[in-house]
Amino acid sequence: MLEITDLTHSYGPPGDRHLAIDRITLTVGEGELVSIVGPSGCGKSTLLRCVAGLLSPAGGRVVLGGVPVDRVPDGLALVFQDYSRSLLPWLSVRDNVALPLRGGQGRKPRSRAGRQQAAIAALATVGLTDTAQKYPWQLSGGMQQRVAIARALACDPVLLLMDEPFGSVDAQTREDLEDLILAVRRERDITILLVTHDIDESVYVGDRVVVLSRGPGQIRADLPVDLPSPRDQITTRELAAFVHLRAEVGRLVRGQQAPGDQVPGDQVPGDQVRPADESRPARAPQA
Amino acid sequence: MSQGGRPGHVAQWARGLAGLAGFLVLAEVLGRTGIISRAVLPLTSTVLARAVGLAADPRFLADVGATLEAWALGLAIAVAVAVPCGLVLGSLPGVRTATRTVVEFLRPIPSVALILLVGLVLGPGLRMNVTLIVYAALWPVLFNTIYGLDDTDPVAKETLRAFGFGRPAVIRFVSLPSAAPFIATGIRLASSIAIILNISTGFITGRISGNGIGAFIADANTGAGNTALVLAAAIWAGVLGLVLNMVLVWAQRRLLPWHQAYAAEAQ
Amino acid sequence: MTALLRRWTVLLLAAGAWEVWARVQRSTFFPPPSAILARMYRLWFAGPATHLFLTEDAIGNLLPSVGRILAGLAIAAAIGGAVGLAVGRSAAVYGYLDPLLQFARALPAVTLLPVFIAIFRLGTQMEVAFIAFGTIWPIMLNTADGARYLDPVQVETVRAFRLTAWQRLIRLIIPAALPKFFAGLRLSVSLALILMVFAELVGSSNGLGYEMNNAESSFDMTWLWSTLVLVAILGNLLNVLELAAEHRLLAWHRGARQHGN
Repeated sequence: MLEITDLTHSYGPPGDRHLAIDRITLTVGEGELVSIVGPSGCGKSTLLRCVAGLLSPAGGRVVLGGVPVDRVPDGLALVFQDYSRSLLPWLSVRDNVALPLRGGQGRKPRSRAGRQQAAIAALATVGLTDTAQKYPWQLSGGMQQRVAIARALACDPVLLLMDEPFGSVDAQTREDLEDLILAVRRERDITILLVTHDIDESVYVGDRVVVLSRGPGQIRADLPVDLPSPRDQITTRELAAFVHLRAEVGRLVRGQQAPGDQVPGDQVPGDQVRPADESRPARAPQA
Repeated sequence: MSQGGRPGHVAQWARGLAGLAGFLVLAEVLGRTGIISRAVLPLTSTVLARAVGLAADPRFLADVGATLEAWALGLAIAVAVAVPCGLVLGSLPGVRTATRTVVEFLRPIPSVALILLVGLVLGPGLRMNVTLIVYAALWPVLFNTIYGLDDTDPVAKETLRAFGFGRPAVIRFVSLPSAAPFIATGIRLASSIAIILNISTGFITGRISGNGIGAFIADANTGAGNTALVLAAAIWAGVLGLVLNMVLVWAQRRLLPWHQAYAAEAQ
Repeated sequence: MTALLRRWTVLLLAAGAWEVWARVQRSTFFPPPSAILARMYRLWFAGPATHLFLTEDAIGNLLPSVGRILAGLAIAAAIGGAVGLAVGRSAAVYGYLDPLLQFARALPAVTLLPVFIAIFRLGTQMEVAFIAFGTIWPIMLNTADGARYLDPVQVETVRAFRLTAWQRLIRLIIPAALPKFFAGLRLSVSLALILMVFAELVGSSNGLGYEMNNAESSFDMTWLWSTLVLVAILGNLLNVLELAAEHRLLAWHRGARQHGN
């Protein structure tokens, strides 16, 4: 339902342009949860913004549900990493969640009562109905991010984009939120694109893991996650399949292994580091 | 060096009052002993007595009322003009650059300098008074509006864009509320400027221009015991300014309840 | 070049429109800008090169006004800064004096002009005292505020190096209070201009305000507008000077701020 073809984008003044992503091609099916993971500066956020229609890519195109994306399309919702700045401090939690329903492209603005009902329902999905009248800054970080997720769900999107959503919360909260996303996806059968720098997380939540190389971002690997559902923080992470997959992703992210290499059984330490891949073009300086 | 434990609220109030009282006593002593000649400055007690008397003086109260009227009118018009202008200038960088030189040039012109000109063009009266107040009060509100818009969090703006909202909606839901505390500060600044201008204009043009504290001081300036009366009126003018400021702060707290607490939480 | 033009666009357009309109309308109240500029030149800047092109009128009226502002501000800055530092450093003194000082600041200085005239009689002395009195409070209060809270780490560092009290003052306390001092100074500069014009409008025998009065009573609009434009220029100049001083003396502060200090 989402087709990304040859997506390319660069930043900077003319003459000093820095290539952020380079000919990214990716297809996402309905109901899939695709994790996008990579080292810093690999253009993950740029990719997401191009998909969301917030950026006009320099090259390539994005097609959502058969419709090419040139501005922010309908049926899409975004969750940012920085919830404290993304939630509006002058609105209550409920009004924050109801905000997207007040207009926006194509969405019919409902009556006030209708909006509030939808907001409460979305808050129920994330388990926060009793915070409706509070202000976001009165809540903990994890709860604020739940509110942001509720806000994204309130407009019933078909595609949910998440930009390092759990990067600013503590580890325990992160686990709870990961499970929340899985639950939401099961309930609503929604398609999710989740950008993260946390390798464990990318494997744990995803149906597929897409690994981007260091800038300029290109797809290094697109690995299916062959783990049973429903996932569990303890048992799933114990599985040998999880450990191996996680290690493979880890190596790919560090640029230590080309995809398709055998996963070595017992490696001698010091054997790992491979010289830079000469076939790849010169890297742009890190941000 | 470290400040040590801060005294409690009541203790702070007591200190402040003690300082004030001490000053008054000192001034009185200096006057009575003749160190400060009574020909130069009247006794503190005389001034205070006059001040108390003014509170019951219907002429003075009428003048205070007239000043308040002009203040309210001028401030309201200034805000009604400055906030939309600020919105435009703050959201459209092209317009802002183009108007920059005009604005920067006009800004330091003290409105008192315009009193004579406006007086000639409009003739003395409420219209002249209000026009000058509007001109003077415009700038702080305008600049604070622009400054507040500049301060808007780009993440918040991008969030709304991500939900498909257009520019007008972003201004309405994000930029304006975000700028509101700044605008409120600008209004408070404009308020004190408005009072000063009203009094200056009234003083220079005199009672021919209508009532007002300025006219009162001009009248008080002639005649015996004038300095005490002028000082008494000045004290009330100061009190008026403080009271108006407190009212505006209270209004800000009511209208923008989230700001105080949010700013505190963010620490 | 184009950036410069863009910034001046509206100003030039407005001036041009005014010029055209004024010539067509022949309004007495709004003479065309060209007439105003010409008059300004004749009034003040057509003098001999030895006098920096200033005419006698300029020397007799402009210079005194500017001098009074600068003198008043200098006094206010010196006394206000020093007293502000002292008040800020002592929590006790601050506690006693703050409400009093705040009230003194809240008193509109313009209401006290008659008092100053009564004390000093008309003249430069009165005006300088008046300007100094009116402009001292923002400086004093802001400096006190700036001197109150010192970074404890800086304080400890200074103590560890065993600096004398004087050195502490110069190296730690004054720089810490300087940004707020300048904030107060900025307010005082615009206030000084207001007070100067006001004082001279009310009672003086020379200066810009005096000239304004003459222009008004002669109903000479071009003259009146000329003085207005000059006041605007003066205001802008004072602002520029103040910003330049701030720029020089606070360069370190901006740098530190940028690095999230």
